[in-house]
Amino acid sequence: MIDDPTSVVTVSLTIDGQAVEVPEGTSIHKACESASIDTPTLCWAENLTPVNVCRVCVVEVEGQRALVPSCARPAEEGMVVETDSERVKHSRKMVLEFLGSGVDLDQAPELQKWMDHYGSDTSRYDQYELPALRMGEAPKIQDNLYIRDYDRCVLCYKCVEACGDDAQHTYAIAVSGRGFDARISTEFDVTLPDSACVYCGNCIGVCPTGAIQFKTEYDLRQEDDWRPEDQDVTRTVCSYCGVGCNLELHTQDDKIVKVTSPADHSVTSGMLCIKGRFGWQYVQPVDTPTRKA
Amino acid sequence: MADLYISEETADDFEMAAVDATLDGRHVVVRESERLIRAGTSARHGHRHLLLPALHALQNAKGWISPGGLNYVCETLQVPPAEAYGVATFYDLFRVEEPAQAGDVTHVCVDAACQIAGAADRIAELKAQGVNVHESPCLGQCERANDATGEVAVFVQGVGGPDSVAADDTPYELFHQMGDESLRLLKRIGVVDPTSLDSYRAHGGYESLTAAIEMGAEAVCTAVADSGLSGRGGAAFPTGIKWRAVAAEQGRPKHVVANCDESEPGTFKDRVVMENDPFAVIEALTIAGFATGAENGWIYIRGEYPLATARLQSAIDQALEAGLLGDDAAGSGHRFHIEIRRGAGAYICGEETALFASLEGFRGEPRSKPPFPTTHGLFQEPTAINNPETLLNVLDIVPIGADGYRSRGTERSPGTKLLCLSGRVAKPGIYEVEFGTTLGEVLELAGGLTGSGELNAVLMGGAAGSFVDRSYLDMPITLEDARERGTTLGSGVVMAFTDEIDLVDVLVRISQFFRDESCGQCVPCRVGCVRQNETMVVLQEKGSLTSERRQLVDDIAQVMVDASICGFGHTATNAINSAIKLGLVPGVPS
Repeated sequence: MIDDPTSVVTVSLTIDGQAVEVPEGTSIHKACESASIDTPTLCWAENLTPVNVCRVCVVEVEGQRALVPSCARPAEEGMVVETDSERVKHSRKMVLEFLGSGVDLDQAPELQKWMDHYGSDTSRYDQYELPALRMGEAPKIQDNLYIRDYDRCVLCYKCVEACGDDAQHTYAIAVSGRGFDARISTEFDVTLPDSACVYCGNCIGVCPTGAIQFKTEYDLRQEDDWRPEDQDVTRTVCSYCGVGCNLELHTQDDKIVKVTSPADHSVTSGMLCIKGRFGWQYVQPVDTPTRKA
Repeated sequence: MADLYISEETADDFEMAAVDATLDGRHVVVRESERLIRAGTSARHGHRHLLLPALHALQNAKGWISPGGLNYVCETLQVPPAEAYGVATFYDLFRVEEPAQAGDVTHVCVDAACQIAGAADRIAELKAQGVNVHESPCLGQCERANDATGEVAVFVQGVGGPDSVAADDTPYELFHQMGDESLRLLKRIGVVDPTSLDSYRAHGGYESLTAAIEMGAEAVCTAVADSGLSGRGGAAFPTGIKWRAVAAEQGRPKHVVANCDESEPGTFKDRVVMENDPFAVIEALTIAGFATGAENGWIYIRGEYPLATARLQSAIDQALEAGLLGDDAAGSGHRFHIEIRRGAGAYICGEETALFASLEGFRGEPRSKPPFPTTHGLFQEPTAINNPETLLNVLDIVPIGADGYRSRGTERSPGTKLLCLSGRVAKPGIYEVEFGTTLGEVLELAGGLTGSGELNAVLMGGAAGSFVDRSYLDMPITLEDARERGTTLGSGVVMAFTDEIDLVDVLVRISQFFRDESCGQCVPCRVGCVRQNETMVVLQEKGSLTSERRQLVDDIAQVMVDASICGFGHTATNAINSAIKLGLVPGVPS
């Protein structure tokens, strides 16, 4: 598996003129990181299998006709990689611009930073009388644990992976439809309490744009009272069972507003179950979801 | 049961019977006491590849896939309902809401060849008659599109009964080279009885397989490699290299796949071959299996080809009966079986890795290459995948050898090429020409132009191909000449447009086609196809593009070519950009 190199064999490659040596099986993305070169990513995450769909991390590899996704392509001996060529800059600018032209990226500061960096100009599409958008849909609020606001969804597949093969193996959601109309959905778009969802909240943990978020966060944002700068993060161990999952309790005004787990934690890899994620009612009660009788 | 959560809706007896008949006992059996352990995508295929046939059964039974029907399939095959719903909603031929109008659905083609033959009028007429019409992308019957009679391509999707196409009950009359002695690939079209193995054998059928078995697998691979045969689907990859790579793989099982998902607008050659000479496809696929050491043959055919599907199935049944397929196929000592899978309306499934995903029961989303199909193909196992035209060439190469084969065509493009002539030509249809024939000669072969206008442009290679103008009439039809002159042969489409036709209307439709057919997986293609289409609509409305919009055309094209996952995104801007560069689009500087 990529980026899980067990080999002691190393490969040497050149990235932006720098000689870089990494263990065999390392992705170009990780090799860039080891050379202190920042790469924008969206669908990539430490704790998920690369799906390489967003194409924002593309780099130019000498001898390859098209650009290659750095997150999913292993570094090879003798590779010559450019991460800042005109073609790379153009593709990154356009991919971000395309995303910003159709969905709401207000809650994705990291992406906005890169959009500024590459000069993405989403206003270029406003000239159309009717540019196709993925906006205007009411957020799906079906319980008191988390909400789904698909106006913000960039279809990075991360929530599907976390719900499925990469963590939870629950398969409550999948990509449905096709093309620009594709979206994340349960079967026949049934509500979460009517679906296979077990409320582990791992989809929230991996969502890069706020399309899936804690109801507590959503409510505070609605009241314009979401203040990350005033929040504390306290690391603790979940008290429900003996596995030893580490929790990060995010508190604002001494109230828990969300719970995460570090992606690099050896026990959780960032994933939790419903108890760790939402089981703090005994501290400050919230309503629980109910499945239709 | 297992740990899948399935809602309370249940299937009715009719739906259950339809699914059971399709699955034919191949259920995933899970006892009450057994807990199903799911172990990641790679270990999950089990019976998942039966999902697409099961969804077809539901769609056909009721005219839509109901929640209860989907639940029954999910329980039977142990597929999570959300995933099965994701698969069902990927395909044009499946509905997940009860249709307002019950009964058969009449799909009418609106792509270029039919568009300029008056598809819009035909659709209006049918709608006025109360027919349940669905506007469809290219149906692969472009030779039937006729400007004079207003005939356009139609495919009827049955509900409770079989699907049908216009050709179902008429003999095929649109082949204009019938009986031509020089034909290599099409010599049996219109001559052989496509429903009879005896007739096929009487016309030289199965002589190539016999010869191949005598030569041995390695010699067949060598002959194919030495012949210089390259893939005829558009990418022109050397077939011999592909076969040798699969033959060299030690792992089992291995697969050979006939990519019969012919969906490129303007392309109908494989359909004509499959409908009129189906045993040839079966024989050639058997040789491919023998040469590469693959025991499993698959035919993935587009859902809109019911006649070809029926003819191929009948050919497989007869070949099996005669011992030409089976555990000792044709006495070769090699086990080889062929199974047919129908697509369900998705152009992208003609892309080889998307085809694998679709056949495996997943959404037809292309995969990143590398790894390539020769090592990680169908079910992540070694796979050789070829389209029917490529396979037919092997029937020619085996008996006459690489040198004999190379006596036709040019040094770098040996052999012959099937071309799909359509648009404003007098005799549209499928033609076999030797590589090196010029574009002008090809148009003459099809009876020259029809109508009163002058030739304005020719679309080469389909919607993913490119436009050329009159200055290309002297271009020899070869891979090297096409490449040198910045165009492509693609899937063999040659569609003629006279100056009576508004090319902008055609470009709008082509951009709409890509917008509709993008799988949506990667951002450059998912959004780029939409923005390209919007630009073309603005052009159609305003008659010109501002300099900012003109710049967008280039910017969109570049990111799609550079950063899309698969060939779809790499080629989706070709037709429009080639037309602009040749100055064929009024109001848009080249």
